Amino acid sequence: MSKILMKGNEAIAEAAIRSGCRLYFAYPITPQSELIEYMAKMMPKVKGTFIQAESEVAAINMVYGAAGSGKRVMTSSSSPGISLKMEGLSYIAGAELPCVVVNVQRGGPGLGDIQPAQGDYFQATKGGGHGDYRLIVLAPSSVQEFADMASEAFDLADKYRNPVMILADGMLGQMMEPVEFKPAKTDAELQELANQHLSWCICPNEDGAKKHHHEINSLELDPQVLEQHVLGLLKKYAEIQKNEIRYETYNISDENEVLCVAWGTASRVVKSAINEVQKQGKSVGLIRPIRVWPYPYEAIKQVIGKNVKKVYVFELNSGQMVEDVKIAVEGKVPVDFWGKVGGVVFTPAEIKEKLEECF
Amino acid sequence: MTTEMICAGFGGQGVLTIGKFIAQAAMQEGKNVSWLPSYGPEMRGGTANVSTVVSTEPIASPIVSFPDVLVALNQPSIDKFAPSIRPGGLLIYNTNMCPRGCKREDITKIAVPMNDIASEIGSMIVLNMVATGVVIGKTDIIKYETLEGNLTSFMQEKNPDLLTKNLAAIKRGIEIAKQYT
Repeated sequence: MSKILMKGNEAIAEAAIRSGCRLYFAYPITPQSELIEYMAKMMPKVKGTFIQAESEVAAINMVYGAAGSGKRVMTSSSSPGISLKMEGLSYIAGAELPCVVVNVQRGGPGLGDIQPAQGDYFQATKGGGHGDYRLIVLAPSSVQEFADMASEAFDLADKYRNPVMILADGMLGQMMEPVEFKPAKTDAELQELANQHLSWCICPNEDGAKKHHHEINSLELDPQVLEQHVLGLLKKYAEIQKNEIRYETYNISDENEVLCVAWGTASRVVKSAINEVQKQGKSVGLIRPIRVWPYPYEAIKQVIGKNVKKVYVFELNSGQMVEDVKIAVEGKVPVDFWGKVGGVVFTPAEIKEKLEECF
Repeated sequence: MTTEMICAGFGGQGVLTIGKFIAQAAMQEGKNVSWLPSYGPEMRGGTANVSTVVSTEPIASPIVSFPDVLVALNQPSIDKFAPSIRPGGLLIYNTNMCPRGCKREDITKIAVPMNDIASEIGSMIVLNMVATGVVIGKTDIIKYETLEGNLTSFMQEKNPDLLTKNLAAIKRGIEIAKQYT
């Protein structure tokens, strides 16, 4: 298939449908509205269900219900709308249901603005909703990667019966880049995917013979029983941490004097700056977590070579992922942070200047 | 080889489309491309702009700090972006809506009465295609034939008259650019 020039919001929607998403519930919000628009247009064509819910709270609870069927379910929103979904996400994580949530982040707090930001890192990776639960969080940095993460997210959600968040931002949503799609899943493949959930999901007794009773719930009033349930979740999260860490290295070598860590959109700008300072003979490497939970602590620790004098974290927030970098670095070298807040995106020139100051 | 371009003007002048057509054609010619629009409240009656990057290398940042090419369809766009054009870079601007022009001497400036040309051709909406023609005529960012092919398959059925006017506008732009080589 040839490349198509497409907005990130449209690319993720198309890729989700191709990955077998036939159930989508959402409420419009800038800068992710092209996503819901695309779903509204395309879902009927694949005999899927599109509902524009009356609110984000309603949409996530429709996801909760629909995910109980074991089918591939998705919702999407932008920062303030994602906050509204947090209660539902905690329920879904507690009830161990697979689903995909896309957050096209904008500037906050509150209603904030509609420009690109990364201020929802804490919310996505450390909780947001209540209780001991985790989301698997994928952090794309290009339109192609955004699209590729659709099938990845659904696979992870199915595998671990856990909600998966794709944490993008307004720039990735609004930007057009060439994208190449994987072939759409066939009906037979979708049936096979749904069949893996027959042991627990709510589904009609088509044969009429065997009656089954499956219960989906996040309430358990007996603390001993709830304890066992949560311990089970923690075991699952440990398994995810063991298997599912993904990161990209850029320009990493033993000569690196500065190691940058950046994710998503911010990492693109940092790469440009690294290319520029490299021309001056200054060696700077980059680690980009492709998934921000589970987090690549070990990779960052390993890559701090003998010459690294400083680790520099750049984010479009006031310093959130930098806390995970500090956990990884364990105080061995200084960790510095620079960022922009309020939906202002730093430029390659600004990052270049920050890197030059290190030498 | 990387070309970083900013197109800017009033909302409705078609600046986003200039970037889109160029990005689309460059992609078809095998280049890496990115197209990053301004979006939000500033587009209503204010200025719209789009950063387009075309490169033979993978594109790191789609955000352009120092454009090689600035297409300015109105004066506020010159005021905002011309100071950051790379020395030796190119400014293409619409003299009908840029009364003060640009004072920089270290860049190539192509001043084109785009409103006049568009109205001569018979449709104000092809103003942006005059600008696109100038970009094609002055740089090797895309080939005219690729764009002509895309516009033809896009418009021939729906609006052949508009297609003719668009292609005339692009060709006028290319002719004007050739006078500057």
